[in-house]
Amino acid sequence: MAKAFDFPGGIHPPARKTRSTRHPIATAALPKRVVLPLGQHIGQPAEPCVAVGDRVATGTLIARAQGLISADVHASISGEIIAIESRRVPHPGGLSETCIVIEGDGIRDDWERLPALDWRHTDDATLHARLTASGVVGLGGAGFPTQVKARVRERHAIDTLVINAAECEPYISADDMTLREHAADVLEGARLMAHLSGAERIIIGIEDDKPDAAAALKAAIKAGNRDSLEITLKAFPARYPSGGEKQLIKRLLNREVPSRGLPADVGVLCHNPGTLRAALQAVRDGRPMVSRIVTLTGEALARPGNVEARLGTPMTELLDAAGLDEASLARLVMGGPMMGMELAHLDLPLVKSSNCLIAASTIELPAPPVEQPCIRCGACEEACPASLLPQQLYWFAKSQEHDKAELFNLFDCIECGACSFVCPSHIPLVDYYRAAKSDIRARAFEAQKAEHAKHRFEFRQARLAREAAEKDARRQARTQASRRPKAESAKAASKEPPTTSQTSSAASSPSANDADLKSLRIAHAAAKAAVRKAEKVLTRVSQSGGGQGQAQNADEIQDLEVQLATARENLAAIEARMAAAKEAAAEATSDSSMDTDRERAE
Amino acid sequence: MIEWINDHGMLAAIFALAGLSVAFGALLGYAGERFRVEGDPLVERIDALLPQTQCGQCGYPGCKPYAEAISGGDAINKCPPGGDATIAALADLLGREASPLDGEAQDAPRVAYIREDECIGCTKCIQACPVDAILGAAKHMHTVIADECTGCDLCLDPCPVDCIDMIARDDAIDAWQPPLPAGPGHRPAAQLIVSDRAHTPREATHG
Amino acid sequence: MSLMHQSQVSPQPADTGRVMSWLLLATLPGITVLTWHFGLGVLTNVLLAAGLGMGLEALVLRLRRRRVRPVVADNSALVSGVLLGASLPPGTSLWLILVGMVAAIVVAKQLYGGLGQNPFNPAMVGYALLLISFPAAMTQWSAPHGIVGPDGLSFGDLLVRIIGFNSELDGSLGPDAWSGATPLDAFKHKPEAMLASEFWATTPLPEGTQTAWRNVALAWLAGGTLLLYKRLIGWQIPVSMLAAMGLLATLLYAADPSHHGSPAFHWLNGAAVFGAFFIATDPVSAATSRKGKLYYGAGIGLLVVLIRDVGAYPDAVAFAVLLMNFAVPFIDYYTQPRTQGHARPNRGIKVVQLDDEEAS
Repeated sequence: MAKAFDFPGGIHPPARKTRSTRHPIATAALPKRVVLPLGQHIGQPAEPCVAVGDRVATGTLIARAQGLISADVHASISGEIIAIESRRVPHPGGLSETCIVIEGDGIRDDWERLPALDWRHTDDATLHARLTASGVVGLGGAGFPTQVKARVRERHAIDTLVINAAECEPYISADDMTLREHAADVLEGARLMAHLSGAERIIIGIEDDKPDAAAALKAAIKAGNRDSLEITLKAFPARYPSGGEKQLIKRLLNREVPSRGLPADVGVLCHNPGTLRAALQAVRDGRPMVSRIVTLTGEALARPGNVEARLGTPMTELLDAAGLDEASLARLVMGGPMMGMELAHLDLPLVKSSNCLIAASTIELPAPPVEQPCIRCGACEEACPASLLPQQLYWFAKSQEHDKAELFNLFDCIECGACSFVCPSHIPLVDYYRAAKSDIRARAFEAQKAEHAKHRFEFRQARLAREAAEKDARRQARTQASRRPKAESAKAASKEPPTTSQTSSAASSPSANDADLKSLRIAHAAAKAAVRKAEKVLTRVSQSGGGQGQAQNADEIQDLEVQLATARENLAAIEARMAAAKEAAAEATSDSSMDTDRERAE
Repeated sequence: MIEWINDHGMLAAIFALAGLSVAFGALLGYAGERFRVEGDPLVERIDALLPQTQCGQCGYPGCKPYAEAISGGDAINKCPPGGDATIAALADLLGREASPLDGEAQDAPRVAYIREDECIGCTKCIQACPVDAILGAAKHMHTVIADECTGCDLCLDPCPVDCIDMIARDDAIDAWQPPLPAGPGHRPAAQLIVSDRAHTPREATHG
Repeated sequence: MSLMHQSQVSPQPADTGRVMSWLLLATLPGITVLTWHFGLGVLTNVLLAAGLGMGLEALVLRLRRRRVRPVVADNSALVSGVLLGASLPPGTSLWLILVGMVAAIVVAKQLYGGLGQNPFNPAMVGYALLLISFPAAMTQWSAPHGIVGPDGLSFGDLLVRIIGFNSELDGSLGPDAWSGATPLDAFKHKPEAMLASEFWATTPLPEGTQTAWRNVALAWLAGGTLLLYKRLIGWQIPVSMLAAMGLLATLLYAADPSHHGSPAFHWLNGAAVFGAFFIATDPVSAATSRKGKLYYGAGIGLLVVLIRDVGAYPDAVAFAVLLMNFAVPFIDYYTQPRTQGHARPNRGIKVVQLDDEEAS
């Protein structure tokens, strides 16, 4: 065991894990009906690719990923699609989302598997495609699509893969049990992901209150180390939130993930044990993500434990099977008590990110106390694992002074809840931060959208201007073509002034024409400069790539492309007008010279 | 010199002050020339506060012209899509009094939707759209690029067959924002479990 | 959002009301020893101030149309009252206490928006106001006669004194015999030519005064230790304040022992220990970051010794605390910790870059 470094702050909430670790992982009964939401991951929801009435087998693709960051959804039982409609999903606001509902008979379980692969002898592209086609997402709670993480190599050099087995939140024991029973699979999955990311070593970070899981890992490391990959197990004293990605990396490697950056920025990739097992199953067994291990615990359950359940199973069925006593159930929590969300209904489906369901009685998780005024005691600051000043952020969030909150690094808050836990005035600090963050994001999004609309509007204006100018130029060319022979034929007779009717080029006197030409030249130079600048910014942005997330980067590039197109349209419009003006000027001079000739002749 | 100042205190003070005003005036004049900001940033700043729907409800052909009009002294309450937030921001920027919105407030963000089987392909809406968000060709069905649509309503009037609807944007999940807690003296909102199973039959609980 | 809360799952006192209760408990040793040496006047001070504090808080909350019960239940007004009461000379008149508590609770606390919003320590605002407005009454401490002694006040006398409008001029009670100066006061007003050793040799104070003050300081220290042990206060402010006092006092004492008090003299007399553990640590008006607390405490310590030695007042904890309260926003601004993932902490004003290199 190697030396562990440290992160600031942290708290010691009661663990309450032993209740759910007494029995091995059970397999939940096959549900008769599953409800599969299309957005079980971070990013864009998937798009259904089946219709009501279709028959599907377990593992059939029913919704396809959309865009860069998204994940496929697969049928988790075999049966018939009976509805594609909006249903209530686990969401902090209790909202609904489009779901695919499959009805089976609860007995038949036909599988549709992908061909098995040996990842050691398969090229990366195939492996990436397999992960994409299996709908694997991070099982730790956030639900980040794994195939996107697997492609990290394209942008960052990775040297270390970290297995996040800290599982620091109270109650949750899904990772602990996964490691106890499937340590070899988890390690093999880690080797696969390390292979894909180019990591040279694997470090497993685990809290020292999970001796069984640590022992299983040690045995698996000893048994399975066939290749050169260095695998280390680091156990450290339990302290919340050591399972936070940034905190864990700091603790294991003493590297700090930069603000608003990713672990990949410091050469680290972090995975949850369950995710690694799911990735391995997707590749080795060709088994898409249709189930997950979930901790069922809380005092309202007679038989708490961990079960492997099909995705989309109604939570009621799982809880009932674990002996739910509805009379003593006060709060239902998905995730842990520190960062999880409270659910107002029992009839929600299990989703990919449901790592734990706590059916809590009033005694163990009492209703939140009344919020009292902040006395600036500084307890939150001592507890903050990111060295923020939570109470300053609280004042700013409360008074909606977003710019100040950002200046005090609101976005470095990992929402771990340590500050809320220790606050003697029972202030729900994280709620304030979440509200402020989401408001800031929404405003930024609105501003970005407005900016985008503005660019499209300007582009349209430029296009219309160019079209008008080109039309002008064409018309002028036509009138000239028709006029010249006429002028030549009736040299002496014609006394009428030049009949160029257009506004910009209708310069009757040479000096006005010159001024016009001059201003057009200036505008032309400016438009050229604008095009050059737009090109430069675009290349810079597209080369710098996305530390900020690819989707955002893509949006930015798209916007810059519109700007570039606008600049080009403007340039084209001015060029057209300039050509017309030059033509007119040349004609005017020739006309005037003709006039003088004529005068002289007279 | 000193004696003179002593003798003519009043004059000395007047000269000193006059000298100072000349010196500072020169300095200010120089600074004004030296650090002059090119262009008219006020219009840009006003434009940045407008929602850029380009809807023309203010009576100008787009947000930028309205921004120019505001900087020229026009009222700041003519932007229904921006609503009170925009008026407040403009009032803040310009130091003017915030006045109530001139026109009907718009509630939810909307998006245009073309009932495609009724569309006759006249391209009138395409010409009306300020952000090129409608796709189609003459005598062919048109459709709206929902992501680009700003919900400005400008395509509704030109449509000869009234086949365009404004519908609410379907992004409830994305647009959801966690509420700000009520503050001291209140109990934070807790979602105590709603046991709806007691009254409803089992089968009905999934919906 | 954390659905668990420390106050609900651990025996640690972790809600404001209970924190304040522990704070009150920690003042008991100090108040007991004060009473033991200086008589029942201390108790009447504390009880009156605490009662007035609660009453005024409830009254103002009602005027502000806020809910009274949950706010008063946080005991913060009680604590302010007890702290102010314990700083007043024993047997202070009810009217003085009322003026002090109005300044503390109504002006310094509720007018700023109530608990957590006040930039200045309420108890010290009240104390400073009284000290400036009624200097004679506020610097006359009774001699340490004990709770009941031949020279101590009878309960009836005390009552008359408390209700009396003009306690300082009330000749019938024999102020000369009953009250006197504190050691700090005496030392401050010693004749300029006299050396310190000579001065103390003249026994300028009633018998037992120095012992009494030392015992009081030690009792406050005991209470402060309880606070530290229960982690209700951080170590930063008391330690840095006492250390800074000691440092400056040592320097001055080493330079000129005859005209400056020794570090022990400064620590054990007046409100130094009381201030370090109970006043300066008031979280609402103190600096918030860990480093800031060190600066804040040290600033108070330095100011206390400076004002005692050079200023016009014999003791200076109230002024020092209030002066440093002024400096808190500044201290907080420049002592922000380095957030994880940032190369350096935030400092100074951020200049927003308006455009990229094309602008230049």
